[in-house]
Amino acid sequence: MRDAQDKNRPVVVRLLIASVLMFGFGFALVPLYEVFCEITGLNGKNFQEGPAAITEVDRTRTVKVQFVSTNAANMPWEFRPNERSIRVFPGEDKVTAYYASNPTSQWMVAQAVPSVTPSEAAPYLHKVNCFCFERQPLDAGAETQMPLVFVIDPQLPAHISTITLSYALYDITTNETVTLTQDNKDKGRASL
Amino acid sequence: MATVDIDLPHVKDEDPHHHGPAKGIGRWLFTTNHKDIGSMYLIFSLCMFMIGGLMALIIRAELFQPGLQLVEPNFFNQMTTMHGLIMVFGAVMPAFVGLANWMIPLQIGAPDMALPRMNNWSFWILPFAFLILLSSLFMPGGAPNFGWTFYAPLSTTYAPDSVTFFIFGVHIMGASSIMGAINIIATILNMRAPGMTLMKMPLFVWTWLITAFLLIAVMPVLAGVVTMMLMDIHFGTSFFNAAGGGDPVLFQHIFWFFGHPEVYIMILPAFGIISEIIPTFARKRLFGYSSMVYAVASIALLSFVVWAHHMFTVGMPLVGEVFFMFATMLIAVPTGVKVFNWIATMFRGSMTFETPMLFALAFVVLFTIGGFSGLMLAIAPADFQYHDTYFVVAHFHYVLVPGAIFSIMAATYYWLPKWTGHALNETMGKLHFWLSFVGVNITFFPMHFVGLAGMPRRIPDYALQFADFNSMASVGAFIFGFSQLVFIYNIVQNVRSGEKATAGVWEGSHGLEWTVPSPAPYHTFSTPPKVD
Repeated sequence: MRDAQDKNRPVVVRLLIASVLMFGFGFALVPLYEVFCEITGLNGKNFQEGPAAITEVDRTRTVKVQFVSTNAANMPWEFRPNERSIRVFPGEDKVTAYYASNPTSQWMVAQAVPSVTPSEAAPYLHKVNCFCFERQPLDAGAETQMPLVFVIDPQLPAHISTITLSYALYDITTNETVTLTQDNKDKGRASL
Repeated sequence: MATVDIDLPHVKDEDPHHHGPAKGIGRWLFTTNHKDIGSMYLIFSLCMFMIGGLMALIIRAELFQPGLQLVEPNFFNQMTTMHGLIMVFGAVMPAFVGLANWMIPLQIGAPDMALPRMNNWSFWILPFAFLILLSSLFMPGGAPNFGWTFYAPLSTTYAPDSVTFFIFGVHIMGASSIMGAINIIATILNMRAPGMTLMKMPLFVWTWLITAFLLIAVMPVLAGVVTMMLMDIHFGTSFFNAAGGGDPVLFQHIFWFFGHPEVYIMILPAFGIISEIIPTFARKRLFGYSSMVYAVASIALLSFVVWAHHMFTVGMPLVGEVFFMFATMLIAVPTGVKVFNWIATMFRGSMTFETPMLFALAFVVLFTIGGFSGLMLAIAPADFQYHDTYFVVAHFHYVLVPGAIFSIMAATYYWLPKWTGHALNETMGKLHFWLSFVGVNITFFPMHFVGLAGMPRRIPDYALQFADFNSMASVGAFIFGFSQLVFIYNIVQNVRSGEKATAGVWEGSHGLEWTVPSPAPYHTFSTPPKVD
């Protein structure tokens, strides 16, 4: 019996370690998924951010860029693109904007989450400046124009003639309030 | 035929305190005996099967006619969710663990499981897991209603408050499964009788060894995904919340990374059972033993690279769809090897059709039908039409009900005389078989048709055109459901009375478990048998 227990211990230890590792692997899938999406262009999220190094403008063709807006559940803001769609030359800097207004009687914070379709086009879309980079606070009843500056890489495959840029607007006021009150508390402590 | 005297040597060298089971409830609460624990697992699973079945009957009663008759849509959703969870985690998995507890030590000539105390623990946390899960039915807001696959954000942002109880229930049953799997692996690796090499093990033992490794690999991932849900709901993280930078599709990837191996966890032990039963009643050796082992191993390995075939419609790139389509179809090859071997085993055998054999034969035919509809679903372009329709429901019920559950019934009838010492009442066994066989097919076959015609799954009401096939399915469900009372009657009657069974029980039986007397004594193989 002693003998059997001695034999069992290494098996049990190894299997327990394997279980813990697999639990960790479940969580490791989260960053792995991000990396995987970035490499493959899945999800239409791997567009380029910041100033683009594109100087040459391809005047031989135009690309239609469509703008879409979606309100996430329970998001009462009015949120829409100023232009439904525009035609641009690849390589040309383009400026447009989305309109947002807060019809409620409370101060709110929103976050826009972008997505590009087809996802194959995502790596060729350079967002020089985008409202989606930052949180958007709005006072009760206030409205704003949220700017978007983008360039399309002339390397864009020829068979893509239309790109859809979609934004989903989320209410993140509760998260924001929590962090703000936290900040205030800390400030209060500092002043004491 | 095997005789009783093989057990006699153990009687004299038994310790004086090894005198049989303790008395009263303590026997069951504190037992470390693999046979007691196996019985408890099986009884627990039968109870869960009846509860889950009752929920299925509520679903079918509502769907008997179009329109809303009996239950509210929200309660209907709770029923589909709880039915799935209870049948998967409460009925099928514990039944296989129970069979493993009873039969693996007997089949490899071991005196007990390797870790008997952990064995007791892994059983006894299970009733509490399901008590927690079932109690959510009586909570304000109701039980989980987001489907057994609990896709986020349905199970996070929009979930009823009872989702936290569901999460802890899943944690506990996951811990139970992991402990059970560790125990089974340790038993098979360390406790085999001298001479019982790996490639001499009965296939039920082999399939369970591979299943146990699958459990170790994926149950922690399930625990991980429900932990992420818990954190999203209560601790302000955003794993699956797009507003915070998360992604709901990520949930589906993690869930199905667990979920696809999970469906093989529910079918591989069934393959083992069928591979035991068919040779017995065909009175031939199993055809292609080693190819059976390799087929099971390759099915298990492939199960890790096919998960995204459950989510063809989420917007994957073409390359992904093609990869998961072909990887899925590849699984048909080892599965085909298994079906071929079962048929080749029967070919020119002198077959008889006792109850366990009838269930095994029904398994081979009906599981293959389920496998073929699986192949249809694996075709990515066609899946866009089938996705989330009753065709999917028909497919997985064909592999799980006349697949996994018929194999459990076959195993019960096959080994029951060994457990109770009483020969089977064949008339009642056959009555149960034919009622179940007819009921199952009337229930699930019409679902293929309504699915192809576009009826979505998980809905309490449907378009008029689906009415005929739905009422047919409901009638079948009630036949199948109530015929399980015959199953319970057969078990109870066999435990209480019956002709004395011989050690070998069946004429063509083979293997170590048939060398001990029937009923199997409380302690067996205290001295290891010699296998050559």
